[in-house]
Amino acid sequence: MASFTTLTSRLVPLPVNDVDTDQIIPARFLKATDKNGMGDNLFADWRYNADGSPKPGFVLNDPKYNGAQILLAGDNFGCGSSREHAPWALTGYGFRAVISTSFADIFRNNALKNGLLPITVDAQTHRDLFDLAEESPQAEVGVDLASQTVALPGGKTVTFPIDGFSKTCLLKGTDELGYLLSFEKQIVEYELNH
Amino acid sequence: MTQPQTLFEKIWNAHIVAEEPDSPAVLYIDLHLVHEVTSPQAFTGLRQRGLKVRRPEKTVATMDHSTPTHDPSLPILDALAAKQIAQMETNARDFGIRLYGMNSAHRGIVHVIGPELGFTQPGMTIVCGDSHTSTHGAFGALAFGIGTSEVEMVLATQCLLQRKPKTYDVRVEGQLRKGVSSKDIILALIARIGVGGGTGHVIEYRGPAIRALSMEQRMTICNMSIEGGARAGMIAPDDITIEYVSGREYAPKGKAWEEAVSRWKRLPTDDGAAFDQSITIDADDLVPMITYGTNPGMGMRVTDSVPDPDRVSDPSQKLALSKALNYMGLQPGQPLLGHPVDVVFIGSCTNSRISDLRLAASLLKDRKVAPGLRVMVVPGSQEVKRQAEAEGLDKIFRQAGAEWREAGCSMCIAMNGDQIQPGQYAVSTSNRNFEGRQGPGGRTFLASPLTAAAAAITGKVTDARTLI
Repeated sequence: MASFTTLTSRLVPLPVNDVDTDQIIPARFLKATDKNGMGDNLFADWRYNADGSPKPGFVLNDPKYNGAQILLAGDNFGCGSSREHAPWALTGYGFRAVISTSFADIFRNNALKNGLLPITVDAQTHRDLFDLAEESPQAEVGVDLASQTVALPGGKTVTFPIDGFSKTCLLKGTDELGYLLSFEKQIVEYELNH
Repeated sequence: MTQPQTLFEKIWNAHIVAEEPDSPAVLYIDLHLVHEVTSPQAFTGLRQRGLKVRRPEKTVATMDHSTPTHDPSLPILDALAAKQIAQMETNARDFGIRLYGMNSAHRGIVHVIGPELGFTQPGMTIVCGDSHTSTHGAFGALAFGIGTSEVEMVLATQCLLQRKPKTYDVRVEGQLRKGVSSKDIILALIARIGVGGGTGHVIEYRGPAIRALSMEQRMTICNMSIEGGARAGMIAPDDITIEYVSGREYAPKGKAWEEAVSRWKRLPTDDGAAFDQSITIDADDLVPMITYGTNPGMGMRVTDSVPDPDRVSDPSQKLALSKALNYMGLQPGQPLLGHPVDVVFIGSCTNSRISDLRLAASLLKDRKVAPGLRVMVVPGSQEVKRQAEAEGLDKIFRQAGAEWREAGCSMCIAMNGDQIQPGQYAVSTSNRNFEGRQGPGGRTFLASPLTAAAAAITGKVTDARTLI
């Protein structure tokens, strides 16, 4: 897994609550048998017309947000299905972090396993960030995972929660399966007793 | 005396393999269900690392999402779907996993065949790369959806890394009235708590209205726990559960059965056990429910009017409601009763079991589908299909003018070509009304099988109680 330490980036504002995984990547793109190429279909139905041309009003089609690596989304991001294609599509597009006030459980788990950092902020910071992204699209914020902080322009810094295990895995780029395989002895014991 | 425990805590504690400080628990998984859409990348991962499937006998695969529901003798025209299905066959063969494949008489939606074949049992931990794995919680199992990386972990180690969730006590008092079903209970609950209301929690459904439900009705409720944000929903096992499991192909037999039953009887939540959160619903107050918006929390009584964004104070919720009504082509304050419908879909892991089909057929018997309406009835498994045909339900549906299809997820997720057209309205017994869920631009009203059958007859959103 790709490690995550620090990130300085502009924000892509998507002020929509309860963004579900069917919007992040519609089900018709789940017939792929590998993880690659999902980024082109990120938010496909909001991003493209039926003929494949870009929808001018959608934020990913707005040139001033090109290249930004942090998605700033509404409350309860990633609800719905368990498809890991959602973080694959986000990272495939180039996002490395998503900021919201809350995340759906399975989405958060899947994101953490793909080097995509889910950052939970309070409602006031959330509003401040949306103001920033809309008024100063060129403004950058700095994410530092080790100190669990997001630094806003103007000196304000906010902290965000993350459990110690996920943090260590992200910082080191550790893959959880490797860690789990180290419990072989305990798994064998458990199986003998059950 | 030991601390009183919830059903969830008993199962959780019994499955902990290891627990390091400041780390998630290593949780043992008793049953891993696999389907073609969320597993290919996991098997690729195993091959790359040179790993085997640790316990193939605890792993069960089928195909349901990409599979066509037309005549099975016809070829699969979608090349990507055909490739994904072939990949599942290869993976099952290479890794020695039992597969209910395209030609199996037991193929079906993974959450229908698990219980049907007796794989799903009380007290188990059950996972699948599918959020509706919560369905199996109806048996008093801890069952939840996982991502593909986690599918790979379970294949390789039969374990998962899990942080202990909180518990949510949902009490349903009273008794359901005629024409009101378990689908209406869960839609009413999600309308109250919202699509994020259960996040971080495992729900246990309790109370007399829950105890009175059949296993199939219980599965409908647990199935949609995820739509309220809860990863899992559970119902303690009782005589109804034991009766359902008894005699099924993979259920324990003989002495093992007796032992299992005595274990299962110790599972229910102890008196005085504490939950982190609770809510009470009165079944007597419930009427048929329907959704009007673009997430399952946007639901109301079928007799209500669409809410008005101007009456919502929270700016982001106001925006969400406006956006939803705009997508749905609905006006604030308009009633949904009488709203024209283009498609009715009866199926999905929520409502495609034999009792769901019997309910729908009870309304459609000796009646006709409204002119111009497309009605699709998709049984949850080939076994449900056979049973329905043995009872003559297929004839009732066909004579009414509905399509009778092969088993699969079909129009619930619209991956297999079964979909509604842009702008069309569907009344669906499925679980998600997200934008484009049933086809790009399609608009979904979620409801019970009775409400769907009523719409099939009238061509409009209808209060099924007027037709019973």
